Amino acid sequence: MDTLKLKERILGLVPDAEFQENKQFPTFILPSAQLHNLAAGLAGDADLAFDFLFCLSGVDMVSYIEIVYHLESTTQRHQMVLKVRVSDREHGSVDSVCDIWRTAEFHEREIYDLLGIRFTNHPDLRRIFLEEGWNGHPLRKDYVDDINIVER
Amino acid sequence: MKEVVNLPVKKIEEEEYHINMGPQHPSTHGVLRLVVSLQGEIVKSLKPHCGYIHRGIEKMCEKDTYPQIIHLTDRMDYLSAHINNHAVCLLVEKALEVDVPERVIYIRTIVDELNRIASHQLWWCSFGMDMGGLTCFFYGLRDREKILDIFEESFGSRLLHSYYTPGGLMMDIHPNFQKEVKNFIQYFRKKIKDYDDILTGNIIMQERTKGIGVLSREDAISYGVTGPSGRASGFSCDVRKRHPYALYDKVDFREILGTEGDTFTRYMMRMHEMRESMKIIEQLIDNIPAGDYSAKMKAVIKLPAGEYYQRVEAARGELGVYVVSDGSKTPYRMKFRSPNFSNLSVLDHISRGVKIADLVAIGGSLDYVIPDIDR
Repeated sequence: MDTLKLKERILGLVPDAEFQENKQFPTFILPSAQLHNLAAGLAGDADLAFDFLFCLSGVDMVSYIEIVYHLESTTQRHQMVLKVRVSDREHGSVDSVCDIWRTAEFHEREIYDLLGIRFTNHPDLRRIFLEEGWNGHPLRKDYVDDINIVER
Repeated sequence: MKEVVNLPVKKIEEEEYHINMGPQHPSTHGVLRLVVSLQGEIVKSLKPHCGYIHRGIEKMCEKDTYPQIIHLTDRMDYLSAHINNHAVCLLVEKALEVDVPERVIYIRTIVDELNRIASHQLWWCSFGMDMGGLTCFFYGLRDREKILDIFEESFGSRLLHSYYTPGGLMMDIHPNFQKEVKNFIQYFRKKIKDYDDILTGNIIMQERTKGIGVLSREDAISYGVTGPSGRASGFSCDVRKRHPYALYDKVDFREILGTEGDTFTRYMMRMHEMRESMKIIEQLIDNIPAGDYSAKMKAVIKLPAGEYYQRVEAARGELGVYVVSDGSKTPYRMKFRSPNFSNLSVLDHISRGVKIADLVAIGGSLDYVIPDIDR
């Protein structure tokens, strides 16, 4: 499916979604409440068939934290990117997509560990790299660690 | 004399208990802890605990320039160091729209494949050792040494080369490079038959691996298991075929897919892949064009503001690099989608119900490199 058709389909499914120009992948910014519904639809639909979540990352944009889902269809061979923005830095949460793409389980734990975004309905949301009781979330831009981070 | 106390004895099969495999356990091939929940000898579930060598590479990248980041990528999956470097180089070249000399692309493809063979050789010897065959370890390391010697002669180091730079290579190849590589291919074509004789055809090894740790195609896709482990389940996930980079759309090689998805198929995938890699090298080694070994790059590399993603096929699966740039000389955010991290997540799923000794075989066939998981 080419970008134009894909855009039509996604905007048909979620009218609130915002299309973002990107050279590489068609990109859509979603309201976080609609993420899980759309994700289930994307994975289940025969034409879209986005069954492979090949990257899941979090980016701290200071005023909000962005969760980026890179998706590919192994049958249709098209790719796209979904983005969800979380503006509540302290208690922000997003619906987990573990039940749709199992690989999200570890990736969401990683984002929780390093960026402090909670995922609702995650089966086992613990820190994955850092020890329990670690203070703060290191990949945030406002993270301070006087001992380990040396400014040059 | 002390009185003997008879404590009430419970049958061990009835009770579920936990043991720690690792962080220092030979079968985890690094510092990984698996908390295994057992009933008798049967694995009920397991929880991997990572992070023992978490160095915060992604955080460090935010303070480093792109040529500096190359050196950090070596330290993730140190067994496919060249391929990791390749990912970052391709990303920078794509973002800046640099045309890389033909010579560089040839050399990169050859070196990537040599690296893949070296990585699979080390996997083969450690897998053999996991299965109790120490001979494999010596055979594998002996042959891997030949590749490391070639690397050392041309690039100056054996393991962490940082040979690729954005736009080209650090230096030209050694005049002996082509001759040595051809010698190695000739040598290894004979020796790989020994590998089959020693381990592949070994009935004990086959009994221990066939039908163990079966991963279905659907689960492989859902868990994001890529590389030889994913292809063993029939998931056509070779980035070299799906999203070709370097010369992979021009050379002739097969993407071999398995059907069973068990430990033995994962083993066979890597054996086939070594032969395919040799085939690729043979097609290219005599045709390296003359020319520069690097494109002209600016002294300070700044990526235009935006997002970039680059995928390459590392020895263990798909490596993705995701960069958000704000136009400065350091990335705003750099994320590595490492193959081992996703491959590890499937371990709990496929090892439920197997015996604890089989867990070692399954772990060996998934071929972890722990620094790549922890980053």
